[in-house]
Formats: sequence, C-alpha cells, structure tokens
Amino acid sequence: MLRIENLSAWYGEAQVLREVGLEVQAGEVVTLVGRNGAGKSTLLRCVMGLHAGLRGTVELDGRDVGRLPAHRRARLGLGWVPDDRGSYATLTVTENLTLPPTVGPDPWSLERVYEAFPALYERRDSAATMLSGGEQQMLALARVLRMGARLLLCDEPTEGLSPLLVQQVGDLLREAKRHGVTVLLVEQNLHFATGVADRHYLLAEGRIAEAMDNSEVQSRERELLSYLGI
Amino acid sequence: MTSFLQNTFNGLVSGAFYALLALGLAVIFGMLRVVNFAHGAFYMLGAFGAYVLLNEAGVPFWAALVVVPVGLALLGMALERAFIHRLTRLDPLYNFLLTFGLTLILQDLVKLRYGVQSSPYETPSALSGSVDFGIFDFPTYRVFILGFAVAVCLGVWWALTRTRVGMVVRASTERPELTRAFGVNVGRWVTPVFGFGIGLAGLAGVLAAPMRAVNPLMGADLIIVVFAVVVIGGLGSIFGSVAAGFGIGLVQAWGEAYLSDYPIVSQTIVFIVMAVVLLWRPAGLFGREEAPA
Repeated sequence: MLRIENLSAWYGEAQVLREVGLEVQAGEVVTLVGRNGAGKSTLLRCVMGLHAGLRGTVELDGRDVGRLPAHRRARLGLGWVPDDRGSYATLTVTENLTLPPTVGPDPWSLERVYEAFPALYERRDSAATMLSGGEQQMLALARVLRMGARLLLCDEPTEGLSPLLVQQVGDLLREAKRHGVTVLLVEQNLHFATGVADRHYLLAEGRIAEAMDNSEVQSRERELLSYLGI
Repeated sequence: MTSFLQNTFNGLVSGAFYALLALGLAVIFGMLRVVNFAHGAFYMLGAFGAYVLLNEAGVPFWAALVVVPVGLALLGMALERAFIHRLTRLDPLYNFLLTFGLTLILQDLVKLRYGVQSSPYETPSALSGSVDFGIFDFPTYRVFILGFAVAVCLGVWWALTRTRVGMVVRASTERPELTRAFGVNVGRWVTPVFGFGIGLAGLAGVLAAPMRAVNPLMGADLIIVVFAVVVIGGLGSIFGSVAAGFGIGLVQAWGEAYLSDYPIVSQTIVFIVMAVVLLWRPAGLFGREEAPA
C-alpha cells in the first residue's frame, strides 16, 4: 500500500532522514520507533506531503505521490492524526469531525462515531479545544475513521494518556485493522506497539536501523527501552 | 437626553462603516495573513463607482449597491491572482509596500480623471427625509445604513458559523497546514475570500456616497481609524472587528460631543483607546495570541 524508497529530508541545512526505505502492506499495522529527534514525525510529514525539503520516492498503491499536495494525498485515503491532536478551537466537535471530506470506501457515519464515543456526543457543540487531552485524542482518531481513510498516519496517539485511554486507542486501532485499515504508527510505548502492530521499524539518526517483528521486540524489550532512553 | 441619543445614533452609523471595513480586513487577514492597506482605496472606489454609474450611465443607487461591490470583488480577485498571492512567502514589509503602493495608484488614477474636489451624490428618493423617533428625528438614510450594515454583519456571521464554506474558512484561518492534511484545498478559497473582503469595502463605499463627500482621498482618511479598530478588536477576529467597529464609532461620537472643550483628546481618543487596549490585552480585545509554531 505504501512504499518509501531512498527518502532523504532536510530542515534547512540539517539532514533529518537519510535514504529511508520501508513498505507497509494493505491491512498491516506498522510502527516506527526511535529516540526523540530520530526523524519519525518528519517521516510521517513527508508521507502526508507536509514537508518541503525532501528527495526520494513515496508511493501509494503503486502511484508516485511525491509531487501531490497534501490535500490531494488525503483524498487518496491518507488519514492524518498529528502529534498535537489537531483540534480546532474555532470549530465545534461535530465540525472537527465533518471538516474532512470522506475519502474511502468505508467511512464511519457521524452516528456511529457518537455511538462509539459518548463523551464526544455530550460535548458535540463545544469548541474541540475545550475537551480533555484524552477526548481530543479520540476526536483525532474518530475524525480519520469518519473520513474513511485507508492508511492512518498516527503520530504518538498514546502520548500523555492514562492506561485506560491507551487501551481504548489500542482497541480502536485493532478494530480499524479488522476493517482493513492500514496504519503507520509512531510510538514510544513498546508494550502498546507490540499489542497493536504486526511489524516495527527502528529509526536511528534518520536511517532505518532495523526491521523487527513482535517476538523480536518482545525478546529485546529491555535493550530497546534502554536504547530509546525510556 | 435627546442630544445624547442623537450622538449615540450618529456614533453607531459611523461605527457601521468601521465595522464593514474592519470585517473585510479581518477575513482577508485570517485567510491570507495579509494586512490589506489598500482597503481604504477600495472603499473610495465603491463610492466613486456609484457616482460614476449614476452620472454617466444613469444607474440608480439600488442597482449600484449590488453591481459595484460585485465588480470590485472581481477586481480584487484579479489583483489577488496577479499580485497579492505572491506575498505569502515574503517578509511582511513587502505586504505593506505592495498594498500601500496599490492605494496610491488607485487614488491617483481616480484623481487623474475626476480631480480632487468632492462630488455630490444625491440620496435616493425613497430614503430622503427623516424618521421621527418621538423625542428626536433622524435622517432616514442613516437609519437605513445602520440597519443594512447590521444585517450584512449578521449575514456574514451566519455564513461563517452555519455553512460548510464558513467552516472551511474558519479551519483554514486557524490552521492552514492541518486543514490541507484533511483533504481541504485551502488555496482554492484564498482568492474568493479576498474578493469577498474587497466587496465589503466596496459596499461600504456605495453606502457612504450619499452621506460623505465622494473624493479620491475619502478612503485614506477613514482607513487609519479602521486599522485602529482592527487592532483593538484583535487582528483577524471576525467578531472583534465588528464589535470594535461599532464601539469605536460610539467612542468617537461621544468624544466629539462631550470632550469638545479638549480637542486634543476628542481628536485622538481612538488612538488613546487603542493604546490602553494594547497595554491591557496585547492581542486585542478578541484576538488570540498566535500559538507557537
């Protein structure tokens, strides 16, 4: 579904990604782990089309999307879940959900979203930034499900959430996967990552250092945690 | 009491012009991050448009009220495509140079043809005379302006808060990059929004024609106060620009009536208010501090 080849990216003079190559098959959940500053978020931004200084190939369903602006990529089925949760202060919760057009074959209806997230329904006419952090994270995920996005790009969706909410995010991603949604996930929480993902890439200093499966991550958990500095 | 009510009414009428102009500046700034210093020139073109249409083509006020704002909106869109959109990646200084330069060009083009003296524009007959409010009379035309401007402001507010286009404009104003990532073609809305803001300035100009002297500098005189209004309301805040527009109209009218013994104060009161507001709330009354990038 997603293929990245030889991707290098810069912020001004500083090179953040170095010839990154990776692949995500349709229906897979794949995580990117790595230290802060390893380039994980930049990689997601490159896929979404939000980063300008880059070279290399980004292919979606075999089509080179490297030159498409972000809004065209979104319409091909990319769902953006940014690290700051992307809540609009000037839009109500309902408007936050309905702002993006539906882009995929299986979008959630607003009713279904509100059934799954009663807390959002309760606050549907409030400004989205008035929600708690956890509710805003649910809103960010619910928004891309309502779009019917086929490939979710999630930037640390569990960051700062209580264990209960982390579990809820996990349930949601697993349910999305059951419905054939593909996920590329930036994640520091290895336990969470092995619970939802099929495979993992370790990103170090802008390169893919290793590709691992769940059992490998589990058996090397201690080593990886100390490497990640957690 | 009667004179107080009259002063208040007059203040609201001036405020109506400020509100319409500030509203246009606010939607333009929100969407383009461009401060349109040429806004006053478009207001002037609105008044001149009505004048020229009436005197050279016999087009009445009511038709001008539609034709002129639409024509100016189209001109604004053409200018946006030709020049303004180039500003997005440049230092804000270029924003000032370009839009101020446009002001000078537009003013001088009008001067070249019509000179600098003021041209009279007759009040449409249906709106001449005055309305009797019991304890005081008020010119019918001014009552009309106030009602019309309030209706336009409410209409814009409704469109921004209750329609899909309004939602897209709000989202694009608040977080343009994020909005693109959600599949919205933000760029497509930039030109129409600029045209819309210019159309509002043109509308204010047409409304001003029967009431104010139509001359090439009429916008330049007004726009300074309008910028104070925009700063007080909070740059880019839709509600703030309208509220501050009417508020400043009132402050000015009351200042002129009750502080006439202190001309220095009454002439500068708008800027005194602005300074006080900025000390108290640096982002303006209804502005939000820019979120750190």
